[in-house]
Amino acid sequence: MGQIELKGVTKQFGDVEVIPPLDLQINEGEFVVFVGPSGCGKSTLLRLIAGLEDTSGGKIFIDGKDATDLRPAQRRLAMVFQSYALYPHMSVRKNIAFPLKMAKLSQAEIDKKVEGAAKVLNLSSYLDRRPGQLSGGQRQRVAIGRAIVREPAAFLFDEPLSNLDAALRVNMRLEISELHNSLKTTMIYVTHDQVEAMTMADQIVVLQAGRIEQVGSPLDLYRHPRNRFVAGFIGSPKMNFIGGAEAAKHSAHEIGVRPEHIKAGQSGEWQGRVTVSEHLGSDTYLHVQTDHGLINVRADGEIGLHHGDTVWLTPDPACIHKFDANGMTI
Amino acid sequence: MARTVTTQRKVIVTAIAWTIAIAIFFPILWTFLTSFKTEADAIATPPKFLFFDWTTENYTTVQGRSNYFLHFWNSVIISVGSTVAALIIAIPAAWSMAFVPGKRTKDILMWMLSTKMMPAVGVLVPIYLLFRDTGLLDTRIGLVIVLTLMNLPIVVWMLYTYFKEIPGEILEAARMDGANLTREIIYVLTPMAVPGIASTLLLNIILAWNEAFWTLNLTASKSAPLTQFIASYSSPEGLFYAKLSAASMMAIAPIIVLGWFSQKQLVRGLTFGAVK
Amino acid sequence: MATQASRAAGRLMISPAVILLFLWMIVPLGMTIWFSFLRYNLLIPGDNPFVGIENYQYFFTDPNFWPALWNTLTLVLGVLAITTIGGILLALLLDQPMFGQGIVRVLVIAPFFVMPTVSALVWKNMFMNPVNGLFAWIARTLGFAPFDFLSAAPLFSIILIVAWQWLPFATLILLTALQSLDSEQLEAAEMDGAGAVSRFFYIMLPHLARAATVVILIQTIFLLSVFAEILVTTNGGPGNASTNLTYLVYSQSLLQYDVGLGSAGGIVAVILANIVAIFLMRMIGKNLET
Repeated sequence: MGQIELKGVTKQFGDVEVIPPLDLQINEGEFVVFVGPSGCGKSTLLRLIAGLEDTSGGKIFIDGKDATDLRPAQRRLAMVFQSYALYPHMSVRKNIAFPLKMAKLSQAEIDKKVEGAAKVLNLSSYLDRRPGQLSGGQRQRVAIGRAIVREPAAFLFDEPLSNLDAALRVNMRLEISELHNSLKTTMIYVTHDQVEAMTMADQIVVLQAGRIEQVGSPLDLYRHPRNRFVAGFIGSPKMNFIGGAEAAKHSAHEIGVRPEHIKAGQSGEWQGRVTVSEHLGSDTYLHVQTDHGLINVRADGEIGLHHGDTVWLTPDPACIHKFDANGMTI
Repeated sequence: MARTVTTQRKVIVTAIAWTIAIAIFFPILWTFLTSFKTEADAIATPPKFLFFDWTTENYTTVQGRSNYFLHFWNSVIISVGSTVAALIIAIPAAWSMAFVPGKRTKDILMWMLSTKMMPAVGVLVPIYLLFRDTGLLDTRIGLVIVLTLMNLPIVVWMLYTYFKEIPGEILEAARMDGANLTREIIYVLTPMAVPGIASTLLLNIILAWNEAFWTLNLTASKSAPLTQFIASYSSPEGLFYAKLSAASMMAIAPIIVLGWFSQKQLVRGLTFGAVK
Repeated sequence: MATQASRAAGRLMISPAVILLFLWMIVPLGMTIWFSFLRYNLLIPGDNPFVGIENYQYFFTDPNFWPALWNTLTLVLGVLAITTIGGILLALLLDQPMFGQGIVRVLVIAPFFVMPTVSALVWKNMFMNPVNGLFAWIARTLGFAPFDFLSAAPLFSIILIVAWQWLPFATLILLTALQSLDSEQLEAAEMDGAGAVSRFFYIMLPHLARAATVVILIQTIFLLSVFAEILVTTNGGPGNASTNLTYLVYSQSLLQYDVGLGSAGGIVAVILANIVAIFLMRMIGKNLET
């Protein structure tokens, strides 16, 4: 189980409407990522689902039952916080056992479940340590352990990787994905990092100013962004936007081309001069000043262009996104 | 990175600092020494610093004559009692202000502080008359009530600043994990706040122990704490230096020891968190 | 950021503290204000007629009032000057690397924990006594006549005693503030060519200003109501030479049993303290913003 449905949910803080009426359906077993720039309301939305905030209007259904007025503990949801929110005065074992203790399980059952979770998460040898004695990644795993022992209807993750360094973040991303594959429980994951969203999600929900801009699978959003905002937010490096005459050629108000869909060569459509070149070996990133503004280009492998070189750019005609004056995709 | 300091400079600084520190501490040291002298040695000219006949006779005399332990016990009951009572009232209040702050939380905090600014003498007359009419004059319970209310703002403030440092996410995690409010406070908040609660307790015991306006004005004999007991030495026993010293040492020693443990928290408590 | 339920719990849990403090503040203060308008002497039984501002007129024209006000201010300013300046110097000294820093700190802080009646008695008898006091012996040894501190300069003597008690407080807070100064700031100033003196005046002193203000304001609140030290050493005398406002109100209400007059004096003291309190509250309130 683990199907969640929001119907006309709104949230106001005082006079400020953080989330205008919003509908969303999350299916059982899905890995759904809420992504958007900071302040877009994605964390608030998660906290509304968790029951840590009251909705100002609308209904939340969990597995078909109205959960709008239930206390957080009664919603059968588990949450992993950005700061991990481990209890610093309890050992790892007691941290993981805490929700079971609150549910008044027998000690034998608690022990069995804690050992089981510890094994899955590679924490068995750390059970008697305090959170303060663990590394960031281990703390993260304890927080996840505390969530999985409850066998919840769904997991909620609130930017769980933002306190980790880059290398560890990639690792934990894989671990969480694996966990989802083995548990098959619904997961809702909040992040501002579109790479996390693209790599982990079954469904991505792109939010801006409390509104849902688009819902879809990662590749769906990448290939068919509904509007200019989603187009610019998904994909890295960001899509190039060109307006004016060049856009008019495609009978659009503005066109967008992803850096990986532009070819750099000795001849082509747009002439420009390289201002910065970044050579990663596997890829080359070029920042090119053209008549249409600064254009980013991503080329596979190494191409020998450097600061000051003149270059011609050609967009792949099949991958040009067209937008109207309201920023909607044509 | 700290730089290496020349030993010569360090020695000079050490000498100056120790001289000043001992000068500041000297009245306490002198009282301590005098308390072990005979009365004759205590007023000897020139004064005897270390070479005199050490005696503990003064301590037994003081206890025998003025029932030191009764007053000591009064001080303990009044200071601990008022502090514990204040904590019981203040912990929920501080929880509320730190974790469910509303629009008026700041105003309430400032208003609580303002009650502390009221000089005691401004309410001396009514409190005295109320106590006289309700039979609370010269009772321990009466003093506990007054000192509880007097120190309540400081207790709330100190706890508030400590609670503020506990991340709200941890309490939310407990809520998600199925803890209700009572369990959230017992299992999660209180254990995490133990250091803060302990230092609040300590500082307020010290303040209550040394409080010398209400204790002097509202007690006479049977419930008199050590402040009043010492004041009664003003005359004529004050001229018996050795006994005065012994009585003084007994009144201040416990609290100086407690005080040394709570130096850091003292700053925070007494400045209402304005200096940390 | 919370739910309705927790907000309701919050209101419930804060109410005992708020209600108790509200009663503690409003009931006695209201009574004091009421009494201050009555002719009310415990020695004179019968009605306590309403007499308007008569008590205030008596209080302000009492020959002891202006000296008491003057003494209060002298006491406050004297102690503040000694403790603030001394505290800054001591804090700078204690911040230096030295041997046994912990013990030095412990010795310096000790007087703050001595109860006021004890420090007053010890200073009065064992140090300032003109016959057997340690100061008298030092004076005689150096060939001077002993100085009778509490008779000849009662207010000055009390200032000394009170300053001894509060110097550790000022030192401790200023030292804490000094230690919170980012050492990189000082190093940056050094790289910019500032010498030790310039660093003190341009970096350290401004950094200490805030803590010093807090020290001054908090001490003022406490110093306005110095009581035990006066009661034990001089009883406000000789004459009214060391009577401050607090002691004056005490003697009028509990020694002369004039409730009306004492209440009027109490209200005057409250007003005086509130002037200081307003500044202090602004300081602390600003700190709450963060």
